[in-house]
Amino acid sequence: MKLDDLYRRVIMDHYKNPRNRGELNDGSVTVHLNNPTCGDRISLQMEIGNGIVNDAKFTGEGCSISLASASMMTAAIKGKKFDEALKMADDFSNLMKGETPEFEYEDIEALSGVNKFPARIKCATLAWNAMRKGIEEGQEK
Amino acid sequence: MNALEIKKLFPILNQEVNGHPLVYLDSAATSQKPISVLETLQKYYEMDNSNVHRGVHTLGTRATDAYEGAREKVARFINAKSTQEIIFTRGTTTAINLVAGSYARQVCKPGDEIVITQMEHHSNLIPWQQAAKATGATLKYIPLQPDGSILLEDAEATITENTKVVAMTYVSNVLGVVNPIKEIAEIAHRKGAKISIDGAQSTPHKKVDVQDLDCDFYALSAHKMCGPTGIGALYGKKELLDNMDPIEFGGEMIDFVDLYESTWKELPWKFEGGTPIIAGAVGLGAAIDFLQEIGLDEIEVHEKKLTAYALDKMKQIDDIEIYGPLENRAGLITFNLGDVHPHDVATVLDSEGVAVRAGHHCCQPLMRWLNASATARASFYLYNTEEDADRLVEALVKTKEYFGHEIG
Ligand SMILES: Cc1ncc(COP(=O)(O)O)c(C=O)c1O
Repeated sequence: MKLDDLYRRVIMDHYKNPRNRGELNDGSVTVHLNNPTCGDRISLQMEIGNGIVNDAKFTGEGCSISLASASMMTAAIKGKKFDEALKMADDFSNLMKGETPEFEYEDIEALSGVNKFPARIKCATLAWNAMRKGIEEGQEK
Repeated sequence: MNALEIKKLFPILNQEVNGHPLVYLDSAATSQKPISVLETLQKYYEMDNSNVHRGVHTLGTRATDAYEGAREKVARFINAKSTQEIIFTRGTTTAINLVAGSYARQVCKPGDEIVITQMEHHSNLIPWQQAAKATGATLKYIPLQPDGSILLEDAEATITENTKVVAMTYVSNVLGVVNPIKEIAEIAHRKGAKISIDGAQSTPHKKVDVQDLDCDFYALSAHKMCGPTGIGALYGKKELLDNMDPIEFGGEMIDFVDLYESTWKELPWKFEGGTPIIAGAVGLGAAIDFLQEIGLDEIEVHEKKLTAYALDKMKQIDDIEIYGPLENRAGLITFNLGDVHPHDVATVLDSEGVAVRAGHHCCQPLMRWLNASATARASFYLYNTEEDADRLVEALVKTKEYFGHEIG
């Protein structure tokens, strides 16, 4: 178990300088998710229309892995169609299972090391689950 | 007491984790089990296993004797007046749910009060929330001091003539606060209330005498005191238990069953519906034997010394925040390391073979009061040594270096 596999430089960069941290004024969907076992929390806002995620921002509290993952996720889904974003969430689940899907937003691949730290997988997937939930709610509207 | 020798009695502690000898500092979540307890469980299943209170055959008698013998051990361990006052449960949570689900629902009505504190574990908080909702009683909190302790004058002010139940933990699983139970029991009784104590964190670490404390109910879990998971006990004063209705119904707990009416067995069995946790109880009995052989007073002194030793060293780490009182605290230390998230702390510590807990420790309201979304916690038990504390401190220094370097 090598710590550097988990805490890659890209991850620490997203953790220290999160992209899209904050709130949207006219976010059309807001999803609050928490991780009841450890206290991590995310509030994700997405401005969506015509089946596209136009903008996304998040607030919340969590460890380096959960915040870095939220930062990368929001950066990756902006401008993406719903099915593209959902496909990315599937790819991310597979990444957590040890597979090696490729991401257009390559930073995400740095999270592959989380796979070797099973206790931390739920930290990494929190933001992606929020996104999935938000899109499902958006589709119902 | 020689912790290093005691450690050898716990097979699980003799292993490497991530290339380092394991340092287990999560006993407040669950303790490890000594070989005597493991062997007792094995022997019970190999020699005596049978259902209790039923068979006329020899194994049935042996199993019943072992199960009821364990009840006697629990009764003596906490100095209950009789075995009728000891009900086996799945653990502390189930025990508290029995008090809140039966006693509180029977006695509380709108306008009455249930008094608890904000340091409670979810399992000593939600059952009371639910009981208050179901009965229309008001849930009230004794406020906490800045160090997390409570003042008797605040207890005096919060508990009123309308209070029916006061429920609180003896020892906080986050702050290490040791509450003045005996004094608060006196206040509660003077005002006509009953007091229910969460003993999950006290029973493993100090001598408990329920008659001296004069508490009305007391809950404990075996798995935190060297026993197996899945078993615990509720102590209740006989006159209270006698008037309480069971909340689980079925085999074992009945006296006479008719088509439309049934009657219950006498205490304690009326609260033990279904085949009981026989092996678990036997294992709990073995754990009590083990702890008593070493001596609860010895264990308490050892933990006090070790905690003071660890606190002294931890305080010297830059940016560390330690929660709870510095004096009169139990053997656990909850902390945060600068702005490194506790998950990250726990992961780095784990990579050094040091097991600590990170998260909200089942105390979300307390975390809010501490203004922390999560914390890390190191907890000590009789098998921990000063070397374990040193390894913790070294790993914490390493964590700081790692994150300082990575982030810088
Ligand atoms: C203070 C306190 N109360 C109650 C509990 C619940 O115990 P159990 O999970 O064994 O029912 C715990 C254990 O986590 C605890 O620390």
